Amino acid sequence: MMTLTLSHYLILAAVLFSISIAGIVINRKNIIILLMSIELMLLSVNLNFIAFSHYLDDLAGQVFVFFILTVAAAEAAIGLAILVVLFRNKRSINVEDIKELKW
Amino acid sequence: MIETVIFYVFAVSTVITATAVVTVRNPVHAALFLVLTFFTSAIIWLSLEAEFLAISLVLVYVGAVMVLFIFVVMMLDINVARLREGFVRYLPLGLLVAAIMLGLMLSVVTSDVFVLDLASEPVPKPADYSNTKALGGVLYTEYVFAFEIAAVILLVAIIAAISLTMRKRSQTKYQNPTEQIRVRKADRLRVVKMPSEDK
Repeated sequence: MMTLTLSHYLILAAVLFSISIAGIVINRKNIIILLMSIELMLLSVNLNFIAFSHYLDDLAGQVFVFFILTVAAAEAAIGLAILVVLFRNKRSINVEDIKELKW
Repeated sequence: MIETVIFYVFAVSTVITATAVVTVRNPVHAALFLVLTFFTSAIIWLSLEAEFLAISLVLVYVGAVMVLFIFVVMMLDINVARLREGFVRYLPLGLLVAAIMLGLMLSVVTSDVFVLDLASEPVPKPADYSNTKALGGVLYTEYVFAFEIAAVILLVAIIAAISLTMRKRSQTKYQNPTEQIRVRKADRLRVVKMPSEDK
């Protein structure tokens, strides 16, 4: 109990991941909260990578986290840009209002 | 001992703030709670000797991505009440899905299948060990191709974000430098021949 093991970090990451899954199901109307839940998921996956990298003494895990951070930043930028364009056209960010392929 | 205390304090605060992210009413508050979540996880990453990634999590996520989130949330005029519809209705379903996921993951993590050999804390690195230097050492040699691809992905993201949100306004007056440079004397100046007049 008093010494930290790999399981501690893996359990924390699992709890974080489950919270973000619940967030996606609960806040299914609000795209902004959905994007934030996806960021939380990526954070928990990164925690797994770093914990394994530390306990296996292998830097490859940290390199992978570096790339995940890059891709997540790109994803957030493009997602928010799409969100802004969507709001400009529909005056709403409700998921239920996005049901047409063309308008 | 002290590492254990630090881990528990920041693990609990990470879980609490993450729960707040998905449950608070106001999207601005959710974004600010997400900032706090990133800070506490950066401290956990620090205790795992991933110093460079902890700092870049704060710089990149808190400094850039979350600022972008808050900027967009504040720029849009959102009807919060309508977006909250169905929160109570989907709450049991969300908790059920999360509990199933958590149970499955915990059953794997807490079993002895693959964490048996990794149960002990590895030897701490010496004080003059530089995590940034070690990471750069493999990033620019072994993973240089992936690094280049990451750079291209960022470039694509820049171009996509700008081209998505840029719009031409018809009323706005703006200069066209190409036309300005290509203009000729004959286009603007007309010399009128006329005889001199008497007083």
